[in-house]
Amino acid sequence: MSLPSSTGPGSGPTAATATVAAAHARRLLADMLLVRRFEERAAECYTQGKIRGFLHLAVGQEATAAGGMAALEPEDRVVAAYREHGHALLRGMPPGMVMAEMFGRSGGCCRGRGGSMHLIDPSRRFYGGYAIVAGGMPLAVGLALADRLEQRPHVTVCFFGDGAVAEGAFHESLNLAALWKLPVLFFCENNLYAMGTGLERHQAMPWIYRKAAAYGIEGMVVDGMDVLAVEATTRLAIELVRGTGMPLLLEARTYRFRAHSMYDAERYRSREEVAHWRARDPLETFPRRLRDWGLIDEESLRELDDKAAATVEAAVREAEASPVEPIGDLYRDVSEDPSPAVLEPSPEPQP
Amino acid sequence: MTYREAIREALRTALHADPRVFLVGEDVGRYGGAYACSSGLLDEFGPDRVRDAPLSENTFVGLGIGAAIAGLRPIVELMTINFALLALDQIVNNAATLRHMSGGQVSVPLVIRMATGAGRQLAAQHSHSLEVWFAHVPGLKVLAPATVTDARLMLSAALADPDPVVICEHALLYGAEGEVDGDESDYDAWRAAVRRTGRDLTLVTSGGSLPKCLAAADALAPDRIEVEVLDLKCLRPLDLDAITASVAKTRRLLTVDEGWTTCGLAAEVNTAVAERTFYELDAPPARVGTAEVPMPYARQLEEAALPSVAGIAAAARRLVSSSVPVEPAP
Repeated sequence: MSLPSSTGPGSGPTAATATVAAAHARRLLADMLLVRRFEERAAECYTQGKIRGFLHLAVGQEATAAGGMAALEPEDRVVAAYREHGHALLRGMPPGMVMAEMFGRSGGCCRGRGGSMHLIDPSRRFYGGYAIVAGGMPLAVGLALADRLEQRPHVTVCFFGDGAVAEGAFHESLNLAALWKLPVLFFCENNLYAMGTGLERHQAMPWIYRKAAAYGIEGMVVDGMDVLAVEATTRLAIELVRGTGMPLLLEARTYRFRAHSMYDAERYRSREEVAHWRARDPLETFPRRLRDWGLIDEESLRELDDKAAATVEAAVREAEASPVEPIGDLYRDVSEDPSPAVLEPSPEPQP
Repeated sequence: MTYREAIREALRTALHADPRVFLVGEDVGRYGGAYACSSGLLDEFGPDRVRDAPLSENTFVGLGIGAAIAGLRPIVELMTINFALLALDQIVNNAATLRHMSGGQVSVPLVIRMATGAGRQLAAQHSHSLEVWFAHVPGLKVLAPATVTDARLMLSAALADPDPVVICEHALLYGAEGEVDGDESDYDAWRAAVRRTGRDLTLVTSGGSLPKCLAAADALAPDRIEVEVLDLKCLRPLDLDAITASVAKTRRLLTVDEGWTTCGLAAEVNTAVAERTFYELDAPPARVGTAEVPMPYARQLEEAALPSVAGIAAAARRLVSSSVPVEPAP
C-alpha cells in the first residue's frame, strides 16, 4: 500500500508548491534543521561525558515532530515519550533550557531532575517526557477529559512509538478516549522498531492505524519522512478531533537512523535497510524539493543551517554556564511540604 | 453512622464543595460502588462527576493524573488494593514522580481510594494488605482510616493536599458503627492518634488492625497490663514523634500490621524506634503480622494466618513479662 504523501499520486509537486508558502516551508526546514543539529551536538556532548544517562536520538524522524507540532494551536496540549527532544524544542522550549536539562543543570526545565527523557514545560503546554513505554498515554486522556469537562476547545496530542502499541495502556487509552469522546490525537511515530524488535516481530497486524477500528474511531497513516504530508495530515486530524470531539489515531511511518539509545550493535536490522531509509532522509529530500520548486537556493539553505548550528552552540554555552543544583536541594519538590518521609526530621542517632 | 456511610458523606461533601472534584472507578456509578460507598451519588451529581470506568485500572489512574495536572480534583476508586497492582505504573512512575521530575512545575493533586485487607475468605488474590508498597514511595502519602471519624474526615484533607494521596480502607471496617467526632476544622489526618492510654506497652497499628489491638488491650486489662494503642492513621509520612513519645513512656513496642512482616510496616516503625529510643527500651521491639503464605481460602487457615486478638495479646504478654529478648510472634 502507498502512504499519503505530498509527492505521491494525486498530489504532485505543482499542487504542493501552489499551497505551501515559501516562508512556511522554510520554517519547517528550519525546525528540522534545529532538531537535527541539536541532537548531533547532544551526541557529541554525550561522548564528552557532559550528558549522561540514556540519550535517545530521533535523527531521521525529524519530519514527524516538525510536521506534527506545526499543526497545533498554542493552547493544545502535548504529551510525548522519551525520544522527545524535537517535540520539546518545536513546542517552543528554549534550546538552552533543554540542553541545560540534559546537562543536569539548574537552568534546565526540570532543574536537572528529569534529563533527556523527561523534558517538561507546562507553560508551553508540554507535559513531558515519559520513559515507561505508553506511560504518558493515560495521562493524555486525563488532560483531554479536563478540557472537555471545562468546555475548553483544546486538543491533546499524544506522541508515542510503535513499541507502545503492544502495551495495555495503548488499548485502554484508545478505548477510554473513544468511550468518553475525548479530544485526543494519538500520534504514533512508527519507526518500525521497539528498541531492537521489528514491527512484524511484535505486532500480529502491523498496520497500526487500522487498530483504530477496534475502538470505533478514525485511523490515518502518513509518510513520516515527508514533512509536508505529516503537517497536512496532522492538520486534518486535529480538525477532525476538534470538530467531532472524538479521538483519532494517526500513524506516521518513519525511521531512526541511529541506535535506539546512544549505542547498540544494530544486529536487528540490515545495512541495506538503513541505507534505503537514509535515502529518504527528510533533511536531504525536503531541501531538494524546495530547491526544485525554486523556494530556496543554496545560499539561504546554508544560512538556515548556520543559524540552527549557531542556536545550538549558544544552547551548549548556556548549559555549560548554568550552575549545578546544590546537593542541599536534594529533597526539593518531592512533595509540596518539605519533609518527605516523616512528619519531623529524624534526630541524630543517640550515642 | 457506619464507616461506609461516613465515606459516602465525605464523597458527597467533596462533590458539593468543589466543582473540580469528580469520582471515577469501576462500578462507582450505577452499581453504587463495590462496597456501596458511592451509592446514590450518580443520581445526585450526574455522569460527568461520577464516572463508571471500564476495567482499565492503569489507565483510569493515569487519567486521574492527567486531569489533576489540568486543574481538576479527581477521586479515583480502585475497588481493591489487589487491583491497584494493575495501576502501579501510573501510581509509582507518574503520580509519585512528576512534581520532582519536573523540577516543581507539575503538581498532581490526586486522591486514590481502595479497599484493603483480608478476613472474608477471598483467598490469595483478593486478600492483600499492601499499603506499605505505597508507603515505600517518596512523593506519595498514604492514609489508613480506622474509625468512622477518619472515614468521614480524611478525604477532605487528602483532597486539600497538592500531592497524590492513597487512602486504604479495610474492607472489614465498612460496616463498623460509630459517631463522627469533630469536624474538618479541628481534624488532623496526618497525625497519629492515641486510641487508648496505658503505661506498660505501646501497640502501634493502623486501619483494620486497630479493632483487634483494642480488643487485645481489653483482654490484657484484667491482668493489670495497661496497653497504649497508637493508631498511625497515616503510613507516609509517619508520625514518628507520636510513636517515640508513646514508646518513651511505655518502654515497650509491639507493632501490629496485617501485611506480611518481611519488609513490612513493623520493620519500618520498629527500626525507627530503635534508632531514636533504643536506650529507653526495656525489651526489643516486637511485631505481629500475617503469616508468610499467600492467603488461604479455608476459614481456619485464613484465621491462623491473620493477626488475631489472642495472638496480639500473647505477644504483648511476652513482651511485658520478658526482660530478655523475646521471640517474634508467630
